[in-house]
Amino acid sequence: MGSIKEVDDRFKKFGTVSFTSISKTNDFVDYLEKGKVMGTRCKDCGVVFFPPRAECHQCLASSMEWFEVSGKGKLVTFSKLQFAPVGFEEDLPYCIAVLDYGDYKVFGRIAGDLPEEEIKLGMEMVTAVNSLPNGQLNYVFKKA
Amino acid sequence: MSKVAIIGVGQSAFVRQYPGSIRELVFEGFREAVQDARITTKDIDASVICSAPEYDKQRSPAGVFAEYLGLNPQPTFYVESLCSSSSTGVRLAYSLVKSGLHDMVAVIGFQKMSEISSSESQERMGRGADIQWESPFGTMMPAYYAMYARAHMEKYGTTLEDLACVRIKAATYGQLNEKAVYRKPVTMDMFQDPENRMAGSVASPLRVGDCCANADGSSCIILANEEKTKAFCKKPVWIMGLGAATETVNLAGRDLFSGLSAAQQAGQQAYQMAGITPKDIDVAEVHDCFTIAEMMAYENLGFAQPGESKDLIQSKETYKEGSIPVNVDGGLLSKGHPIGATGGSMIRTIVLQLRGEAGAIQVQEPEIGLIHNIGGVGLYGNVTILGR
Ligand SMILES: [Zn+2]
Repeated sequence: MGSIKEVDDRFKKFGTVSFTSISKTNDFVDYLEKGKVMGTRCKDCGVVFFPPRAECHQCLASSMEWFEVSGKGKLVTFSKLQFAPVGFEEDLPYCIAVLDYGDYKVFGRIAGDLPEEEIKLGMEMVTAVNSLPNGQLNYVFKKA
Repeated sequence: MSKVAIIGVGQSAFVRQYPGSIRELVFEGFREAVQDARITTKDIDASVICSAPEYDKQRSPAGVFAEYLGLNPQPTFYVESLCSSSSTGVRLAYSLVKSGLHDMVAVIGFQKMSEISSSESQERMGRGADIQWESPFGTMMPAYYAMYARAHMEKYGTTLEDLACVRIKAATYGQLNEKAVYRKPVTMDMFQDPENRMAGSVASPLRVGDCCANADGSSCIILANEEKTKAFCKKPVWIMGLGAATETVNLAGRDLFSGLSAAQQAGQQAYQMAGITPKDIDVAEVHDCFTIAEMMAYENLGFAQPGESKDLIQSKETYKEGSIPVNVDGGLLSKGHPIGATGGSMIRTIVLQLRGEAGAIQVQEPEIGLIHNIGGVGLYGNVTILGR
C-alpha cells in the first residue's frame, strides 16, 4: 500500500462551474471563505495583479504577497445575459462586468438584486464575496 | 526577395449542418481552390490546417486531411488562433514561401460546429476566454462583445439603430451570396418589433440580429512564390502587408473597451509593410461576428475616426457604391461563422474582388483590398493587405 497523496484542489470551489481545480493561487478560495477577495503583489518589484497570480511577468520572481481588493471601483462596462453556457442556466439572467480600481481592474458579476435600470457606467461599486445556491463561491459588484 | 501571391481560392457553402464528415467538408473548399489555381495536388509543397480544435472529434485532423486530399507525402501541420486561425495560417504560409522553404503552400481552414449541440458550442465559446478567472462567472462570446458595445455607445453616442444598420447592410449582400447561410432581407422594422426574433435580447445591449450564426464550412487559400505564380497564374493577387497582434485574454487586463487594440496594432503593421494608408484601401472584409465588431473595425483600421463609425454606416459609405465598401459578400452576419474557415473565406472574397471576378457584388476596379480577422474577443488581431 503506497501512501495516498492528497490533491490540493481547492480552486474547484470558485464560480458556479469551475474549470480549474488546482492552481498555485488556491489560497484565493480560502480568502473567499473568510469573506475576502484578494489579489497579489510582487514583493520584488511591487507590481499588483488582479486576478492574482503566482509569478511576476515583470521581474520573473515568485515571491508574491496577497492584498485585499477593497474600497470603491468604477464600473467600466457590463452586459446582462439572457442565455447562458452549459451549467449556468439556473443563474439567468445575470450581469457580467468590469470594475476599475485604478491600479488594476476586476472582472466579475454584478449582484443579482441590482435592477439593470440602476446600473450606470462610471458608477462606484464595491467587490464582495458571494455564496452561490450550489455551495460554490464567487464575488459580485454591489452599489457603493 | 521574391514576392508571395495568392494563386487559388476556394470555399464550401457555409451551412447549418453539413451532411458529411470533416474530411469531406474540407475537400469542397480545397477542390475549388486547386481548380481555381489550375494546378494539381502534386504542385502543393505543404499544407497548413486551421481550426478551433475544441469542435473536433478527430485527433490531429491535419494528417487525415493530407491523406484525403492527396497531399501525402508533403508535410502538413496545424495552427490555431480561434476565429482568426486561417489568417494565422496565411501568415505562416507566407513565411514558409518567403523563406524559400516551400514554393507553394495550401492553407486549409475548416469547422464543423454542428458536431456538437448549440449549448455545448456556447460552452466552448465561453472557454475561448480565461477559464480560470472569467468562465466561472458564466461568460459567452456575445456578452463580451456586448460589453464593448455598451462602452462604445456610452462613449460615442452610438445607438442600437446604428448597430442594426450594419446587419441590414450585411443582409443586403447576403441575399446575393449563394454560399451564405442567411440569405433573407433584414429591415429596421424587425429590430423595432419586440415580437420579432431579431429584436430579442441575447446579452444586453446586443440582440439576436446583432449576432452571426454558427455554421459548418471550409476554405482554402493557395500561396506561391513569384516564379511559380508567373508559371501558373494569369491574375495574381500579391500579399502586400501582414499584421498580427495580441491583447490580454482577461478583460481585467485591458485599457480600451471602445475598440480592439490588437486590431489597431495589426492594422498599423500591415499598412506600414504595404507602404499605404487607410485611404488607399478600395474594398475590405472585416470581422463582423457581431454588429459592434464591424463598427469598431472601421475605427480601428482608420476608415473612420474614433466614434465616427456611426457616420460611415449611416451615410452608406461602406456599401458597394460607397467610398470604402466593407463586407459586400454579406459578412459573417450573413455567411455564418465556421471559426477556422472564416479568415480564408474573407481572403477569398477580396481576391475575387481584386481579380474582377466577384459577380453581383463586384466593386468598381479595386486595386488594394484589406482583410481584418479577429480571434476571440480581440485576443488575436490579424490584418492582411492584398493588391493586384
Ligand atoms: Zn515582480
